[in-house]
Amino acid sequence: MDLLTFLQQLINGLSLGSIYALIAIGYTLVYGILRLINFAHGDLLMVAAYVAVMGVGLFSWPWPAAFGLAVGLTGLMGVLLERGAYRPLRRAPRISLLISAIAASFLLENLALVIAGGRARPFPVPQMFTGAFVWGGLFVPRLSLLIPLVTGALLVGLFLIIYRTAVGRAMRAIASDLATVSLMGIDVNRIIAFTFLMGSLLAGAGGLLWAMKYPQVNPFMGILPGLKAFIAAVLGGIGNVTGAVLGGLLLGFLEVMIVAFFPAWAGYRDAVAFTLLIVLLLLRPTGLLGEALGEEKL
Amino acid sequence: MLEVFDLQVSYGAIKALDGVSFSVPRGRIVTLLGANGSGKTTTLRAITGLAAPGRGRIVFEGRELQGLPTHEIIRAGIALVPEGRRIFANLTVYENLLLGAYLRRDQPALARDLDQIYDTFPRLAARRTQAAGTLSGGEQQMLAVGRALMSRPRFLLLDEPSLGLAPLLVKEVFHLITRLNQQGVTILLVEQNAAAALKIAHHGYVLSTGRVVLEGAGAELSAHPQLQPAYLGDEPEAEAPPFSS
Repeated sequence: MDLLTFLQQLINGLSLGSIYALIAIGYTLVYGILRLINFAHGDLLMVAAYVAVMGVGLFSWPWPAAFGLAVGLTGLMGVLLERGAYRPLRRAPRISLLISAIAASFLLENLALVIAGGRARPFPVPQMFTGAFVWGGLFVPRLSLLIPLVTGALLVGLFLIIYRTAVGRAMRAIASDLATVSLMGIDVNRIIAFTFLMGSLLAGAGGLLWAMKYPQVNPFMGILPGLKAFIAAVLGGIGNVTGAVLGGLLLGFLEVMIVAFFPAWAGYRDAVAFTLLIVLLLLRPTGLLGEALGEEKL
Repeated sequence: MLEVFDLQVSYGAIKALDGVSFSVPRGRIVTLLGANGSGKTTTLRAITGLAAPGRGRIVFEGRELQGLPTHEIIRAGIALVPEGRRIFANLTVYENLLLGAYLRRDQPALARDLDQIYDTFPRLAARRTQAAGTLSGGEQQMLAVGRALMSRPRFLLLDEPSLGLAPLLVKEVFHLITRLNQQGVTILLVEQNAAAALKIAHHGYVLSTGRVVLEGAGAELSAHPQLQPAYLGDEPEAEAPPFSS
């Protein structure tokens, strides 16, 4: 393999990994404060994609309006999930929360099935994101440049919020001790809702990017990227935001490189990627940046 | 300022508080004494909404607190230095103090208060960018006190602030409590160290198995012949469950 091909794959890996990273953050944020695996998180990608499809296709809105609305509604959907499916169970055993999360996931998928039907629809990729640059032998789709750029900008914003604002401090404090945060006069429920909003907005953005990369929309489209992003979050050390980004990028590179280096295995890319992950987690059970979980965190 | 009537709190089948009544007048230091499991911590948890009373009333400046969520009780001007310090281990010392001041919007005064806390506890100043979890037990206790003060409470609840501190530091903490009180902060102090607490308190109550068994003015109470037996009485009783969400 020559340098050019490698560079090509690097760009592909970066763009795939960026999307995983965006989605993985939602898992890790929620896990960090509630110790809950929000299994409905992946379906938020599908919600964003459908809202955009309807906005552009049904109401013929300009794409920026439809995309903006899609991301915003996905954020609200995340808050609604917390309100309806998780908050009432805050004091219930963790297994009940988990079951509620799986139920919420089925609910979203089947709602989409009822509303939009089971047939896959094409995603209206805006003209300006199609096409590619060709430099010498290097073929770079515009989207492959756009995805890491959008992701980078969103991550900068997120990190500023988490590490530079009072709300971000409260989010991190809840991860360490929820009851004591309320002793600071902080309405814990609002901070938790805000955390879901952040994670879901990112999932909304991730969903649109995913739908532009693989422009087919169906009610179950969120499952696989959701699962992979969850794995990415675990790989990076669940609960750790930087870890989620690293895990997402690593997983993206891994998948792309497997196909590039061993084209014969292309059909098994998911199997190979997941096998490598299992090995990595066997060697490092807490993930790349995860701290050992104390008993109270389990 | 605070009046508690017939407060009853149960953890499951166990009565932690069984009809406790007391009052904390404005501008005073009142101390709650008692053996382990006598209900002191539960009383503070009930006042701050962390434990739900089954019966009774908690009235703060004419407003009933029972049933309100914790953050609203705190917003009324109350702060708690909780049992076991409960600092945010993954945040820096500075961030812990800022969280204490979460509700405040008066930037200049807030910065002055921060400086004052660093003056009072120079060890915290030296470690301001360090993760709070890396502090020693004594330093964490100072941080817990400093964090509570950052909200500028009018009513400060302290749960065993001297626990785990070196004797010299204990003296300093009690001195600080007196000074805060002179600045107008009303104080409810829970202590194992009865002698030290009664020295600075205007009034004291002794709890035993969830009831008030003795009360009196600070000096009066420390001379009371029954204080030692009542206080040291080691009845096997219900421990409050660990402070958890």
